[in-house]
Amino acid sequence: MGLIPRVLLLAALAFPVHAQKFITVSSTTSTEQSGLFKHLLPLFTARTGIEVRVVAVGTGQALDIGRRGDADVVFVHARPLEEKFLAEGHGVERFDVMYNDFVLIGPKSDPARVAGTRDIVEALKKIRAARSAFVSRGDRSGTHFAELELWKAAGIDLAKEKGPWYREIGQGMGPALNTAAAMNAYVLSDRGTWLSFKNRADLDIAVQGDKRLFNQYGVMRVNPAKHPNVKAELGQAFVDWLVSREGQLAIADYKINGQQLFFPNAQ
Amino acid sequence: MESMTEALRGALRLVAGADPGLGAIVLLSLQVSLSAVLLATLLGLPAGAALAVGRFPGRRALVVLLNALMGLPPVVAGLFVYLMLSRAGPLGELGLLFTPGAMVIAQTLLIFPIIAALCRQAVEDAWREYEEQLRSLGASRVGAASTIVWDIRFSLVTAVLAGLGRASAEVGAVIIVGGNIDGVTRVMTTAIALETSKGDLPLALALGMVLIALVIALNAAAWYVKDAAQRRFG
Amino acid sequence: MILPFALRDVSYLHIIKPLSLEIIPGPSTIVLGANGAGKSVLLRLMHGLLAPSSGTIRWSGADAARRQAMVFQRPVLLRRSAVDNVVYALKLAGVPRAQRMRQALEALESVGLASLAPRPARVLSGGEQQRLALARAWALHPEVLFLDEPTASLDPTATREVERVIQAFDAAGTKIIMATHNLGQARRLGDEVLYLHQGRVLERAPVDRFFSKPATPEAAAFIKGELPWA
Repeated sequence: MGLIPRVLLLAALAFPVHAQKFITVSSTTSTEQSGLFKHLLPLFTARTGIEVRVVAVGTGQALDIGRRGDADVVFVHARPLEEKFLAEGHGVERFDVMYNDFVLIGPKSDPARVAGTRDIVEALKKIRAARSAFVSRGDRSGTHFAELELWKAAGIDLAKEKGPWYREIGQGMGPALNTAAAMNAYVLSDRGTWLSFKNRADLDIAVQGDKRLFNQYGVMRVNPAKHPNVKAELGQAFVDWLVSREGQLAIADYKINGQQLFFPNAQ
Repeated sequence: MESMTEALRGALRLVAGADPGLGAIVLLSLQVSLSAVLLATLLGLPAGAALAVGRFPGRRALVVLLNALMGLPPVVAGLFVYLMLSRAGPLGELGLLFTPGAMVIAQTLLIFPIIAALCRQAVEDAWREYEEQLRSLGASRVGAASTIVWDIRFSLVTAVLAGLGRASAEVGAVIIVGGNIDGVTRVMTTAIALETSKGDLPLALALGMVLIALVIALNAAAWYVKDAAQRRFG
Repeated sequence: MILPFALRDVSYLHIIKPLSLEIIPGPSTIVLGANGAGKSVLLRLMHGLLAPSSGTIRWSGADAARRQAMVFQRPVLLRRSAVDNVVYALKLAGVPRAQRMRQALEALESVGLASLAPRPARVLSGGEQQRLALARAWALHPEVLFLDEPTASLDPTATREVERVIQAFDAAGTKIIMATHNLGQARRLGDEVLYLHQGRVLERAPVDRFFSKPATPEAAAFIKGELPWA
């Protein structure tokens, strides 16, 4: 073989084949903003050569992207909505991956006297009774839905009971925390955003550890029977890796300021 | 005021730090917007000129429509393109959703009316001046229109810059069709939106200042070129 | 040969009332009249820039459109050099590329603008621009040259320069049809006068007879300078 063909062959072999392979994963803004993907995905790509492109939007929109077949894998944290997604035939199978938790943030002055308790429902009742300022995301996100479920569990009908003390801002977690810091109000936040939040002013964690504050994440492949274009094999590789020992360890390994954010719990 | 100076310092630090991530975002922003401007100009100038000199039923309605579309909300344009390019949509087979290609398409759609409408107005005004002489010389309607477009090219630069401004500034279209994917479809405006939603306002402002500086530089360059050429050709 | 050409019952809206006339080769024709008489419209009808509301215009030879040219009161020049403006006209006329520059320079030469060939046309003076427009028309070797008040916007010196070029055209055999309200210019350049009044050709006579013995009171008043500018 002549020199030039040999050089060309070598050059061709040098080109990384894995640059071509990728999957699209639709997930949520809070997950991306926690920084988990920046930590996790390079490990997956190094192991499999598959690039992961994450479209991070609200939970509803993330599932909708899956419904349209525009993503190969859906990775969100809203169990009832995920079950619905499966029932509609858009997903193949659902796997638990990890959970993180919400924390109730509040002013150090603690006007509603809830600091230190582990019972979130009791805490919400006290906040309502004291009419202490409470900031809600009000943006139909996973966190917002979780907050609404907790009010329901506390037997409080927000439509009737909300007053000037309940501030719905219709924005994301960052702005919600900013607003709470400015108003010295209570706010429900995911632990990840709180840990990265710099503008704490007079706020601190008031309530944590209640099982009802746990936020379960699930992953599903989009169904190729309904959407023939999805990358079934590559998507499966991602799902397999997430629930594998390696993936689960990588998740546990992710820390902010030395604190673990997500707790792997795949079966 | 304090946050402004902090943002300004942040902007300088960003640029001085030559962060490769920032570099990639800036490069992609330029690629997407400049490509869209190029496409919209190639399509918009002939369309505007044709609309200016053509005579056909419905022409006036078309002119009004084109003018109105200058104000097309970016998010609406984005939504429309998203529904077209989604796998569930008519052009899903192209697999363009969540790629820079989709962003170029959405921005082209957005700024085409601006360039076409402004060109139409300029050509229509010039037509009144040039028409008789060009027809006397035997130019066809099409030939006369293209001669005029080339002759008024300096005033058309403004139309093109208006399109560039709109493209560089918008976030609604690119965030929907691009998905703001880290490392793939994240541009300056979507990065700013992301940092804002995270609550990191100083960083968002700093990025904003970098973006503004970039757009000013582009406009200054265009102005300089236009000025030099104009002095040469009168 | 496209001359003679004839207008039969040609009218245009309310501006030109139905008229018939024949234009023959040779004598330069001045279309004279006050502002608003319809001179510009008549010229445009003849040149084909306007379609008549009624009547027909018939030229003698084939390809009449290419054998005419027109110069307007304000010269319309492209944002290019003087010579490129002429080259553009030659291109439209179908002259082969290899010959365009040479012919353009010759045309500029004939109007005395050869030294200004590379200058941007738009920075030339009014008189130079009008001479450039004439050079552009000259390069096409038209049989008929229409001129619509070509010196109305120029100062006396420039006017003189332009009139000299027109006279050269005339001497070379081009049929001149020129609209003007300048009586002195009509006398200097014209052989016959078509006097237009409110859209009608009231008189048609050799130039000397028109000025010495106008046949109609309107013409007489116009010559005396008494007609109001309508």
